[in-house]
Amino acid sequence: MTFDASEQEGRRGALPPWLKRLGSLFITLVVTLFGLLLVTFMIGRVVPIDPVLAAVGDRASASTYHKVYLALGLDKPIWEQFLIYVNQVLHGNLGESVLTSRPVLEDIGTVFPATLELSTVAILIGTLVGIPAGVLAAVRQGRLSDQVVRVLGLVGYSAPIFWLGLLGLLLFYAKLGWVSGPGRLDVGYQFSVDRITGLMLVDTALEGQWDAFWNAVSHIILPASLLGYYSMAYISRMTRSFMLQELGQEYIITARVKGVSERRIIWGHALRNAAVPLVTVVALSYGNLLQGAVLTETIFAWPGLGMYLTNSLGSADMNAVLGSTLVIGAAFVALNLLSDVLYTFLDPRVRRQQ
Amino acid sequence: MTLYWSREWLLAEQPASRRQARVGQAYRTWLALRTNRMAMVGLTIIALLILMAIFAGVLAPFDPIQGGDLRTERLQPPSWTHLMGTDDLARDIYSRILYGSRITLMVVSLVAVIATPVGLLVGTIAGYFGGWIDNVLMRITDIFLAFPQLVLALAFVAALGPGIENAIIAIAITSWPPYARLARAETLTIRNADHIAAIQLQGASSARIIWGHVVPLCLSSVIVRVTLDMAGIILTAAGLGFLGLGAQPPQPEWGAMIAGGRQFIIDDWWVATMPGIAIFVVSLGFNFLGDGLRDVFDPKVRK
Repeated sequence: MTFDASEQEGRRGALPPWLKRLGSLFITLVVTLFGLLLVTFMIGRVVPIDPVLAAVGDRASASTYHKVYLALGLDKPIWEQFLIYVNQVLHGNLGESVLTSRPVLEDIGTVFPATLELSTVAILIGTLVGIPAGVLAAVRQGRLSDQVVRVLGLVGYSAPIFWLGLLGLLLFYAKLGWVSGPGRLDVGYQFSVDRITGLMLVDTALEGQWDAFWNAVSHIILPASLLGYYSMAYISRMTRSFMLQELGQEYIITARVKGVSERRIIWGHALRNAAVPLVTVVALSYGNLLQGAVLTETIFAWPGLGMYLTNSLGSADMNAVLGSTLVIGAAFVALNLLSDVLYTFLDPRVRRQQ
Repeated sequence: MTLYWSREWLLAEQPASRRQARVGQAYRTWLALRTNRMAMVGLTIIALLILMAIFAGVLAPFDPIQGGDLRTERLQPPSWTHLMGTDDLARDIYSRILYGSRITLMVVSLVAVIATPVGLLVGTIAGYFGGWIDNVLMRITDIFLAFPQLVLALAFVAALGPGIENAIIAIAITSWPPYARLARAETLTIRNADHIAAIQLQGASSARIIWGHVVPLCLSSVIVRVTLDMAGIILTAAGLGFLGLGAQPPQPEWGAMIAGGRQFIIDDWWVATMPGIAIFVVSLGFNFLGDGLRDVFDPKVRK
């Protein structure tokens, strides 16, 4: 997603251009976040679940029911209810989960590190494999290796992630025994690791429990490679097209004429210039991983945000569903914004223009 | 008749009628597409899918819903009687996959039919009028783009209740924004063209200009984009089905079938594997075709 630059047309003061650009990005961010809230609010309104009954249970007396009805502000006009909702969210109140009877935000805080860890390892795998694969495909355009990268990418686009996950578990866990099964740690280690950051790999390393660390690695490697494969498909495809664009430029011909080695032309000249848009691509795939994580976490019993979301869906726990939707949406927006900001700072042309 | 539809008529440099020009253009596209091997593979897969859906009743050897004898025919491995084995309710998986193609085809066509016009309309209106209309419409589009598609669809299905109709609505609601963006970008380049100015001078209404002159020009790129998205739509629908939010049992939806075979994956691998292959092949087909179409339509890719 790219952001419109139309707000920038306004006043042209003495502010440096990059600051104005950041300002307009900030406005877009506020508008989009407001829209996110509007969407989740509206979804919450059309749910055929009575929010009062969900809060008090169906045995409550009529007076209790009425009290909660008023406390939830349901007698007020709809726009006022929306303002109440916005106000609550801004104060970090996403309501209480019916399932865990804890505040939703606290729940999300507990499960989020698991998702963060999984998607970070995945994006590392995706980038470290995807960029060289894309460079290879561009350099050997039309040859066999190009075709192989292209087909591998299309397979990544076409296979349902939950199905590949099941097959992966069947093959690498049940049949070959190369990796550990669902979950983040074997049961034996589960209570011996103290929670510091919530990132299992970091916590075990910080505590010096190296056998637990390797156990965590053997648990994360399969789901992370799977997710990483999906981002690899996208990253390698974009790398290929950016590289082809750069390799067709005149400065490459100049460098060739000067006798610069082909390796330096590819990695030093072309990839360096392709790197700026690639940062955007990597940030976008990082956001997309959040979506893939929902299905992957269900398959691998990975106690992250995705599994929290699907569990709450199963029990019609709307506060939890909308809360996690909102958090995922906000994270997605933040990553998009980050990619835009990085783009501004990394590309000297964008910095000087405007 | 043969004279009319000859190669010369189709490829005429100066078509005599609008119809000849249109048919000729389509024929040229087809000629370009025909040389693309991957696109032809994709087209074949989709044609087979459509045939499967139409003739499911003839091709399927067993009933897709009514299972066989639970004592003897449960969880049978693939054999000549049951080409893809049977599931835990003794139903023939091959027959279920055949009937499931109807659901898949229904999902993609309904989503395309709902989301494409919405996206086209929002995009062309925003691009044509510009100003505050553009700003408001594009902000709304941005908001929808700010959610990952599956997550937003999940939230909508949670609100509307599970079921295949609601899944289709949810996917359609989350699919139109990219088309709107694309249509807007196309409209911005078309808006200032001379022929649009000429129609404006003749006093045509905005609605007429947008519908009759802008939309047809945006159509081809939007259709390519929709074809490329089809695979994603199939995967999202399957994902919703897998999570139990799409088609409800005993409907033979492929994603739900994978979910049903999940608990037997280790001993009876075929129950979950077969429908997965079906999803994979069909979305690969759409990806191949979409890729080929993009190569044909996008002058930047074409060499």
